[in-house]
Amino acid sequence: MTNPGPMICPFCGPRDAGEFRYGGDPKAARPAFGSSDAEWAGYLYVRENARGVAKEYWVHSQGCGQWLIAERDTVTHVIQRISEATA
Amino acid sequence: MTGPVRIAKAGGCALPFTFAGRSMQGRAGDTIASALLANGISTVGRSFKYRRPRGILSAGEDEPNAIVDVTLNGVRVPNVRATTQALEAGMQVSPVLGRGAALLTKLLSPFLASGFYYKTFLWPNWHMFEPAIRRMAGLGRIDPASRMSAGPGGNLSVDLCVVGAGRSGLRAAIRGAQAGQSVLLVERQDVPGGSSLWRGGDGVAGLLSEARAVGVTVWTGSTAFGAYENGRLGVHRQGDSVTLGGSLWVVQAAEVVLATGAIERPMLFERNDLPGVMLADATLNYLRRHGVLCGARPIVATNNDSAYPVALALAEVGAKVTVVDSRPPSERSAAAAKRGIRVLTRARIARALGRGRVSGMVLADGQRIEGDLIAVSGGWTPTLHLYCQAGGKAIWDEGKSILVPAFPVPGISLAGRVAGKWEAPDDLPWAWSAAPEIPGDGVSRKVWIDLQNDVTLGDVELAARENFTSIEHLKRYTTLGMATDQGKTANLLGAAAMAQATGRATTDLGLTTYRPPYVPVPMAALAGLSRGPVQSPLRRLAAEAAHRAMGATLWDYGGLLRPAFYGADEGSIVEECLAARQGAVVFDASSLGKVAVMGPKAGELLDFLFAGRMSTLQPGRIRYGLTLNEAGIVTDDGVVLCLGPDHFLVSCSSSHVGGFVASAEEWRQTRFGRDAVLIHDRTAHWATMSLSGPKAKAIMAGLGIVGTLDDDAFPHMAFVMGQFMGREARVARVSFTGERGYEISVPAGLAVALWPSLIEAGAVPCGIEALGVLRAEKGFIYVGQDTDGETMPHDLGFDAPRLKRRMGFVGDRALQLPVAGDADRKQLVGLAREGGGVIPAGAHLIEDGPRRSIGFVTSSHQSPSLGRGIALALIEGGRARIGEQVTWFDLGKTGRATVTPACAYDPDGSRLHV
Ligand SMILES: [Zn+2]
Repeated sequence: MTNPGPMICPFCGPRDAGEFRYGGDPKAARPAFGSSDAEWAGYLYVRENARGVAKEYWVHSQGCGQWLIAERDTVTHVIQRISEATA
Repeated sequence: MTGPVRIAKAGGCALPFTFAGRSMQGRAGDTIASALLANGISTVGRSFKYRRPRGILSAGEDEPNAIVDVTLNGVRVPNVRATTQALEAGMQVSPVLGRGAALLTKLLSPFLASGFYYKTFLWPNWHMFEPAIRRMAGLGRIDPASRMSAGPGGNLSVDLCVVGAGRSGLRAAIRGAQAGQSVLLVERQDVPGGSSLWRGGDGVAGLLSEARAVGVTVWTGSTAFGAYENGRLGVHRQGDSVTLGGSLWVVQAAEVVLATGAIERPMLFERNDLPGVMLADATLNYLRRHGVLCGARPIVATNNDSAYPVALALAEVGAKVTVVDSRPPSERSAAAAKRGIRVLTRARIARALGRGRVSGMVLADGQRIEGDLIAVSGGWTPTLHLYCQAGGKAIWDEGKSILVPAFPVPGISLAGRVAGKWEAPDDLPWAWSAAPEIPGDGVSRKVWIDLQNDVTLGDVELAARENFTSIEHLKRYTTLGMATDQGKTANLLGAAAMAQATGRATTDLGLTTYRPPYVPVPMAALAGLSRGPVQSPLRRLAAEAAHRAMGATLWDYGGLLRPAFYGADEGSIVEECLAARQGAVVFDASSLGKVAVMGPKAGELLDFLFAGRMSTLQPGRIRYGLTLNEAGIVTDDGVVLCLGPDHFLVSCSSSHVGGFVASAEEWRQTRFGRDAVLIHDRTAHWATMSLSGPKAKAIMAGLGIVGTLDDDAFPHMAFVMGQFMGREARVARVSFTGERGYEISVPAGLAVALWPSLIEAGAVPCGIEALGVLRAEKGFIYVGQDTDGETMPHDLGFDAPRLKRRMGFVGDRALQLPVAGDADRKQLVGLAREGGGVIPAGAHLIEDGPRRSIGFVTSSHQSPSLGRGIALALIEGGRARIGEQVTWFDLGKTGRATVTPACAYDPDGSRLHV
């Protein structure tokens, strides 16, 4: 078994993890304006802290500047999939 | 003659050095520790809590005692591990802990048992002890004037990284290279070979040349101090001198082999911290590598076979050796006896004898043995640190009496002694693993477990009695293993002692979490070249030379070098302020953001990014706006120019350009789509000079940059295009001072020409300091200075986002939360000090009645135009308090002030049109 290695940007290829910045939880969709106070507070502050595979925004801030969605195992830090974030 | 002495006549060239002011000689190839031993030094310092004399224990990175400060070539390096640092000519070595505080410690010592800090926090009064404890705390003295330099370091990616260049590591590296892998072999010592360098063993030289032949890269003097996720290792490469911090490398390895060996454990007996008690393996190291015999009459105390080769080697050079083995007689003990060594089996050491250094020992049966060295081997702890840091777990195997990995960690394998494998040096049975032996009841508990942090068996047992029985509580309550040696020799003994005290198995107790770094890494190496201007390069203005020619004093404003004022001293700030109100000033505004947003969804994106609507802006017009975060908090203010259909330019504050672009990109890519709108930061492409004052219009007319200055065709908050020196120029009517203003933007290369032409036309140069006063007179905010992490738009008087626009922008919903409607929100107001003068910025404002802070002063200046002090403040329910008096408080000083509107100068804004 080998180590999973550096992060792989879909635009730039394998790059050092230090070039990337965590960008939050893509699941936290922006509630509609009419949502309850609790829903809005949840969107702002409540985050899942899953053990296992988590979908995360990452941005290649020291590289191409693109926003990405990574599926990362929070136990092993292994990134199983990484793709361009879409609107 | 007793104690350590150099017996080897030949050796490296002589290196003079001093220890505690005494001149000494060492040799090339010495460590500081071996040189001290060669000079007969037994005591190298005093212990941390009790100031007991301490000697050199080990010959490696596990050393708890021999921590010294070194001064060389005027650079002072604190907390150097004498056992791993190579000696250099001219080193001034001094013990980290002196005798200074000994008396104090004696007075306090009854209080220094387990949990001392926690108990002292509660009783009787921490403040009584604090000064004394602060003086005692810490190790070496840092000299702020001394700075270690460091190399650049870098990243390296390999197929295989092998840690440890002993025989096992060399073999693993060769195998990898032969299989076609790119291989890096990292070795802490200055030469490869690992323990073979003093334990002997065949074929190291051959293995090394074979490794080089198959292309293995060998890094000596390099410590893999941390294992991080995904196979990343932190490696510190030592510098050529103690004054050089070395360099930091991040090694990305697809596979890692740890061949890190094992660390010998001390034995537990009364006064086992006496100088002259050393690890058996270390005495062999000093003998074979440095020609130093650590004692002429050594007593080798052991519970395993690994100390026998040590005893034989010491005897071979003429030492009078006694072996004290806690086990029954064996083939090995018989073989040693046959070689003329006195061997006592089933013999346990009870107490060390000697004043200041070892003169002998007493056995459990009362027998006394003379000797000048106690060389101990209490078993071996595999160096599983990197495996554990990478997610592994070390557990004590009762059956094999050794620490083992509990489960495999992907990408990491173990080789050699760390994996529990040690080839026998001869044909006899080779039992080198052994369980710690903890002294039973009825003997003194002044048995040292953690030498660096002065934790005794009694301390561990006290922790057990006070119910701090988990391994993590034991660590925190007693500080066991928390010193800079991270308990390399102590942790397992501490766990075994706690297990015995609570009637549990060592296996069940576990060990504390291993964390990087394995050895201390100099801060200089972590920083590398990333310090000073390299770490944070100053950004500079295109017209800097022109400013300097005008006598500007330049200061660092958030990483940007900008003119603070022009003239000899800060007195000129007053003249600059008055010139803005009476004539005309010009300041260099080039660092203000110029971020283009264009494309079919440009207006939509800006409407979403700003709390005010921007898409309705007509070409040629300008609008002020605030940006918020999703919590409704103001993050920046700026103006937006509409350059044409679907084409805008955002002029955010100088220090928020990066933040604005990052946030705009986030929303663009995750919400609006990459194809519908483009963001392009043009800040550095354009230089901007901002002209303002009642004479600004006349000066503009003289420059001829734009065709019309008629206020109907070219009103405030509009811009027109013109020409300067044949190139495109953009002139915008905006104002940071409250006076009529023209902001002239030209290609950055023309900045040096535009500045003098404005000065020649009669504008007075104005720096950032005067600008800060002028905008404060108008109540114009600096976001981040006049706002804090709770400020919403309506706290600043911008009610529309919450009351009128309501939705469709970042932070909209947060402005409707109950908290946004609280009556006591901190609101921006002004202050006028009673009796004149300036209120200190940062002063708290105190309500009459209950003494409670209701806010604070965010900006405060003497206003030259108004002839009084002006201040901006965030005050609870501030606007309702206008006209009321409050008390201000700053560092013990107080005074009275009247709450006023934020704008102190020209409240109706008529000056914009003068
Ligand atoms: Zn990229």
